[in-house]
Amino acid sequence: MGTELAKAVVDGVLTGGVYALMAAGLTLIFGVMEIINIAQGILVVLGAYLSYVLEVHFGIDPFLGLFLTIPLMFGLGMAIEWAFIRRLKSQNRTALSILVTFAVAIVIEGILTQFFSADLKTLNAWYIDQSLHIFGFYLPYIYLLGFGLAVVLLAALYVFLYRTRTGFSIRASVQNRTGAELVGIDINRVSGITFGIGVGVTAAGGMVFGATNSFNPNSGYDLISRLLVIVVLGGLGSVGGALIAAVVALVIEDVTAVVWSPVWASTMFFAVLIVVLLVRPNGLFGQQAVRAQ
Amino acid sequence: MSVTPPGPPVAAPSGVVADPLATPFFRRARWVVVALALAGAVLFPFIYTNPATTTIAVFTLIYVAASSAWNMFSGYTGYMALGNAVFYGSGAYFLANITTHFNMTGGVGVFAIVPLAGVFAALVAIPVGFIALRARRHTFVVITIAIFFIFQLLAYNLQSLTQGSAGMQTPIPPWTAATYNNYFYAAALIVAVLAIALSWRVRRSRYGLELLSIRDDEDRARGLGVKTGRVKLSAFVLTAFITGMCGAIYAYYLGSIYPPFAFEAIFDLTVALMAFLGGLGTISGPVIGALILEPVQQYLNLHITSGGVALILFGVLFLVVILLFPDGIVPSVAGLLRNFLRKRADPSSSGNAPPTTAASAQTPPVREVTP
Amino acid sequence: MTAAATPAVGVDAALLDVRDVRKSFGGLDALAGCSFTVREGSIAGLIGPNGSGKTTMFNVITGYERSDGGTIRFKDRDITGAQPGRIGGLGIGRTFQLTRVFGRLSLLENLQVGSRGVARERRKELYSDARCTELLDFVGLAHLMNVQAGTLSYGQRKLVELAMVLAQEPKVILLDEPAGGINPTLIGQMAERIRELNRGGVTFLVVEHNMEFVMGLCDVISVMERGVVIAHGKPEDVRNDPRVLDAYLGGAIDDEDPPAAGSKDDRL
Repeated sequence: MGTELAKAVVDGVLTGGVYALMAAGLTLIFGVMEIINIAQGILVVLGAYLSYVLEVHFGIDPFLGLFLTIPLMFGLGMAIEWAFIRRLKSQNRTALSILVTFAVAIVIEGILTQFFSADLKTLNAWYIDQSLHIFGFYLPYIYLLGFGLAVVLLAALYVFLYRTRTGFSIRASVQNRTGAELVGIDINRVSGITFGIGVGVTAAGGMVFGATNSFNPNSGYDLISRLLVIVVLGGLGSVGGALIAAVVALVIEDVTAVVWSPVWASTMFFAVLIVVLLVRPNGLFGQQAVRAQ
Repeated sequence: MSVTPPGPPVAAPSGVVADPLATPFFRRARWVVVALALAGAVLFPFIYTNPATTTIAVFTLIYVAASSAWNMFSGYTGYMALGNAVFYGSGAYFLANITTHFNMTGGVGVFAIVPLAGVFAALVAIPVGFIALRARRHTFVVITIAIFFIFQLLAYNLQSLTQGSAGMQTPIPPWTAATYNNYFYAAALIVAVLAIALSWRVRRSRYGLELLSIRDDEDRARGLGVKTGRVKLSAFVLTAFITGMCGAIYAYYLGSIYPPFAFEAIFDLTVALMAFLGGLGTISGPVIGALILEPVQQYLNLHITSGGVALILFGVLFLVVILLFPDGIVPSVAGLLRNFLRKRADPSSSGNAPPTTAASAQTPPVREVTP
Repeated sequence: MTAAATPAVGVDAALLDVRDVRKSFGGLDALAGCSFTVREGSIAGLIGPNGSGKTTMFNVITGYERSDGGTIRFKDRDITGAQPGRIGGLGIGRTFQLTRVFGRLSLLENLQVGSRGVARERRKELYSDARCTELLDFVGLAHLMNVQAGTLSYGQRKLVELAMVLAQEPKVILLDEPAGGINPTLIGQMAERIRELNRGGVTFLVVEHNMEFVMGLCDVISVMERGVVIAHGKPEDVRNDPRVLDAYLGGAIDDEDPPAAGSKDDRL
């Protein structure tokens, strides 16, 4: 039981890292644009399919394929922002964004269903089936590599946000959108890039997801539900919160599967959110409602 | 000093007084339209007896009710609730459980369970609302979505209550194919009328004012003594009540329910879209939105067999509606009508302030359907 | 920073008593031990250079901000830290510098938003259509009573705010820059309205930058600088007080409002 528990914790941390990456994109988009991108789930699935196509039809290794899929998804993100999000007027913007991105998600799901049917697919590579034998348990290489990828990309995101001018503009826009515009930050460009980043990371998340799960176009719902929980748990707009929330939630889920039952593990994932919300209505690191003028 | 009854709030350039839509003519005209619509709705199944048509009509009425209910909370307060499927499904499963537990046979009597299902859904709404409504507006939306997924999971996992993915059956009524739909049509019509009437009463009341004030400036409302927490929660519960009844009728109509149908991911999207299309926050908006969109949805479901294409069309339709009709049909049409009538009354002005007198405010206006 | 001596005129008739209130935002002391009193029946002014803490003071009194220390008493009842809704119910009304009306509601509806916050008997008294129409008439906007508040001009919205406050039948009204952004002819009318209400028994506390307005209207003026009250007294006395002249760079108090020496920010 002890080793099983330990393994559950490790598994939780590793998969949590990958979810953290995807959730970070989602929460960053909200932080900068006050937009909730419901399509994030199906975009992860799209990322999985892209990696799948590259692997099956062109024999490209999933990790190497990221050099193609990440820029591709980044571009797709910018395109979606330009085509749909930018038009939304400021009144009701957040609510409308949910409807719009939900609609976009449905369209993407429909396209994927047309091209790939509802059959379950999964990615293949040598490191997917094999595990590292360490300290008495087996850690699938893909989990480790996936976690490593997540760490690398999150570090890159950090560097970008804190060490580049564009990153600085993005952070300024998170703090105060109007203020940022007033000092000359091109909010459209910043929005486009942020949305692009938010979607770009789903390429990586999608690849790992596709390698560790079997997926079909319907998998988007489960994904977005989890990502939303993580993002709210961490506090909308807080990237750090999303990271912590992802790891915590995934660990709790995996531990529950071992300690109680796998059936209730996913329910526990959501139950954690409810419990936290009772104590902190806006998530762990969310802004509290302020009594202000 | 003249005491004029409250009139419709209208968007007008400062100083412009008379709302051309606030005259007695339009007030009477509106009631005539409502009466005609009601008569038409009652007579509909007797004129169009084709079961295929009445099936679409039943679903349309269910969505008229659900959309009006959704609008009563989200449209008035501005808090987008996207988890109302929770109440829909709760009502559905309540009816299924009660009818199964008491071995009820199909018939008109089962409809008596529908209001109870509404009450059950309203009770569910209390803790759900309590958790969700303490959050800020944006977080609230996401919490409702998350709670929806929780309920969907529970539907799959709480086997003792829901039979999981095996689903549950509801009684089969002994009615003939020719008249089967009519009973459900009647039930759905009653719930729809109830939803619209409730919507209207709330809008005209001081309680409704408080809801609307929350939409415009919640902190200020609180500062004026509005008990925002209580007000939001009660509206949320009212919405759940109607939505739960819709779910119960749906379950009975279908004869069986399964988790993905009772707790349907696109239910809220659909209902919200209808309200947006018609005009968020108005009374007739959701009705019109449902009357337009639901037949379209049903048509797509019936005639597009390829699953992918149906989804694509659906999504594109949604995008078109949201991006092209940001204000909704009812406010846009009302606005056009007003401008037209103003121009006709005073061709020289483009809505600029005519000299204002108290006299022009003396027409007894009525609260319009437009916000 | 030491609090300057603040002689309250007729302290036993104090309606609003602010004592030693402190409020910091991060490292900035918006209020640093601020004290003053407002006598019942008076029209009191609260002036000071930008950044002196006037609006923060208003926010703290009316519950929109929580103070870090000090007490606020209303009719001898401690209201420090009370919620805005309760403060309104006790009889303290307040307008906002950046008007906060309910944009999509009509003027009449704006006035009636608070109606369910009072007991049923009072509701008919205070919030009936007749009375609210009267109030709108008082501020000269009755002819627009069915117009959406958001479509009004800034000046008109200010008048609506005044009417909204009056609907609650307050004992004291805190006016935040009532003359700001209003054309000169209306300012005179506004002052007249305030005097009329004052004669009817309403006490006023007015924050203003328009010196002519304040000097002409108020019985007593408190001057704030950097979070404390530095002077208090009749308009003529305050006008010539060297400390006050000092706070406003340039010496003479006129309609121009130059930035105070050393104030680092524009926070009111």
